[in-house]
Amino acid sequence: MTADSDLTAALVGAKAESASVEAGAMTDVLDRAPFVVVSSSGAQDLSPRRIRAEQLRQLVHSKAFIVGALILLWWIVCAIFGTLFVPYNPLSQSLLNVNAAPSAAHWFGTDSLGRDVFSRVIVGARDILEIAPLATLVGTAVGTAIGLAQGYFRGAFDMLVGRLVDALLALPTVIVAFLFIVAVGANTLTLVIVIGFTFAFIIARTVRTAVLQERELDYIAAARLRNENAFHIMFVEVLPNVLGPIIVEFTVRLGYAIFTIATLSFLGFGVQPPTPDWGATVASNYQYLAAGYWWQTLFPALAIASLVVAINLVGDSMEAALLQ
Amino acid sequence: MWPHLLKRLGLTVLTLVLLSMIIFLAGQVLPGNPGRAILGHYAPESAVLALNRKLGVTRPLLVQYWSWVSGIIHGNLGTSWEYHAPVSSFLFPALGRSAKLALFAFVIVVPLSILGGVVAALNRGRAIDKIISVGGLSFTTVPTFVSGIVLIVIFGIALKVLPVTAQAPPGSPFFTQLRYLILPAVPLVLILFGYIARMARAGTIEVLDSDYVRTATLNGLPRWRVISRHVLRNSLLPTITVIATQTGYLIGGLVVIENLFNYPGIGRLILTAADFKDFPMLEAGVLFIGIVYLLATLLADILYTVLNPRIRLGSEE
Repeated sequence: MTADSDLTAALVGAKAESASVEAGAMTDVLDRAPFVVVSSSGAQDLSPRRIRAEQLRQLVHSKAFIVGALILLWWIVCAIFGTLFVPYNPLSQSLLNVNAAPSAAHWFGTDSLGRDVFSRVIVGARDILEIAPLATLVGTAVGTAIGLAQGYFRGAFDMLVGRLVDALLALPTVIVAFLFIVAVGANTLTLVIVIGFTFAFIIARTVRTAVLQERELDYIAAARLRNENAFHIMFVEVLPNVLGPIIVEFTVRLGYAIFTIATLSFLGFGVQPPTPDWGATVASNYQYLAAGYWWQTLFPALAIASLVVAINLVGDSMEAALLQ
Repeated sequence: MWPHLLKRLGLTVLTLVLLSMIIFLAGQVLPGNPGRAILGHYAPESAVLALNRKLGVTRPLLVQYWSWVSGIIHGNLGTSWEYHAPVSSFLFPALGRSAKLALFAFVIVVPLSILGGVVAALNRGRAIDKIISVGGLSFTTVPTFVSGIVLIVIFGIALKVLPVTAQAPPGSPFFTQLRYLILPAVPLVLILFGYIARMARAGTIEVLDSDYVRTATLNGLPRWRVISRHVLRNSLLPTITVIATQTGYLIGGLVVIENLFNYPGIGRLILTAADFKDFPMLEAGVLFIGIVYLLATLLADILYTVLNPRIRLGSEE
């Protein structure tokens, strides 16, 4: 067989595999393809670095990704440096200037305690942008560990976790998180842990699917023959090959984490006042809507909307770039 | 067909048992000392102990779990710690009111999103497809209280065309009641539209690309006839499943919307219970949300089985 037909076979194989859509197939193709290609001299097109560069190029050229990333970046800047450039202290009250409508002095008006709504919206990005990524990180780490173990060991453990996930999914994530937060009390730590663990089981399901496709492949058999232990095979051999779906799952879950935390804060079981968190601000002001003080509630609500939409734009474009 | 359905039923029961354990863990194990939580920091230890004994939380966990579950099986949901009255006398009226709001949202969203999905599929790649697909999915990610507030500001405050509370004055005629439910229902519609439309779009595209639709078109059937007789009928089957799985999402949205509009449904009930640390009420409320979801998925499975000739007439497993 000539080198050329060998290459064609490899390419066709790669195509067929990635066409099987299931998340795990992708990274698998990326990382194994070079072995085949290198042997058939002269075609470096499929090297992992080239493919990563191509994925990056595709991302940077996606309008949705740029718009989402810019909005996200703006809120991250506000979260970190917001206190330095806001016109007023977001916590300082001015009882002579309560419920003032938007004006040149107060762009977004003032709330029922005379606090500047604009400053509160800018600084309010902080808590949610701290808790949501932390919770998602915890969820992804724990979920990856559970999913790897499920896919690798299978059997009773796999079945038990699978049933547990089904039971948890019978309730909306917001309600699961709500139930546990009510039981343990709301603070940054409990929010991170409760949301993290709720997501972990859902993330485990994705990782498990990806691992199941990997475990039958030759490099796993080779590792077993080398007498590597289960821990080594799971984290050193399998994990790098299922990173793609895990990264995508992280961005998708990040969007859900923001959704969940904002909702919990609105219900009074998330970030607690007087912190200018958006959900908490909406919760403490929406009863004044009927009185016509719409600016106190509308601006933080729009801030939440812009953040979740931005994260989903980024997440969707990353999914398209990494998993196709 | 029967073995398949029986297996599904068994799985549903198993899931329900696990779910009850999770809820029990959150409601009765994690809070640790409900007597202290109810009476506060300054109550004497003896009073806390007496209350704990009265609430039955000093018994072994297995005994507590069994008495809770066997009570539910016999139709006794327990007694509310806050109101000292049976939980069921609050829970079922609240469930009924929530069902009214949810049903109203479903009646709007199901035809609308299926239509949206089919229109998007028929105009694949064009601007209208992009608007429906991207716009629809963006709305599914926005929390319901956010869209609810934007709607209140626009329609309730700026334009003053719709009432901003959810409940009509008692004794109002049916259509007045519906008018009050419009603003609370629209955020629920927005959160569901994207997913159902996406499924309907994917199903329609699959059918449009199939051989029998090409044959029908080449046979000279008018386009509307191809769509109504061949495309719709086959593309809607997977949509049923999605609609059922969205019930959970709908209920999550309900909890929030009921609080925003002060509507006395199941969501308002569990939030009030949480504020009062009324764990029997909270547990029963959350359990019933789970039961409603599990029943909806089971029903969708049965419908799917009955409507899909490949499973209905398929050989016994």
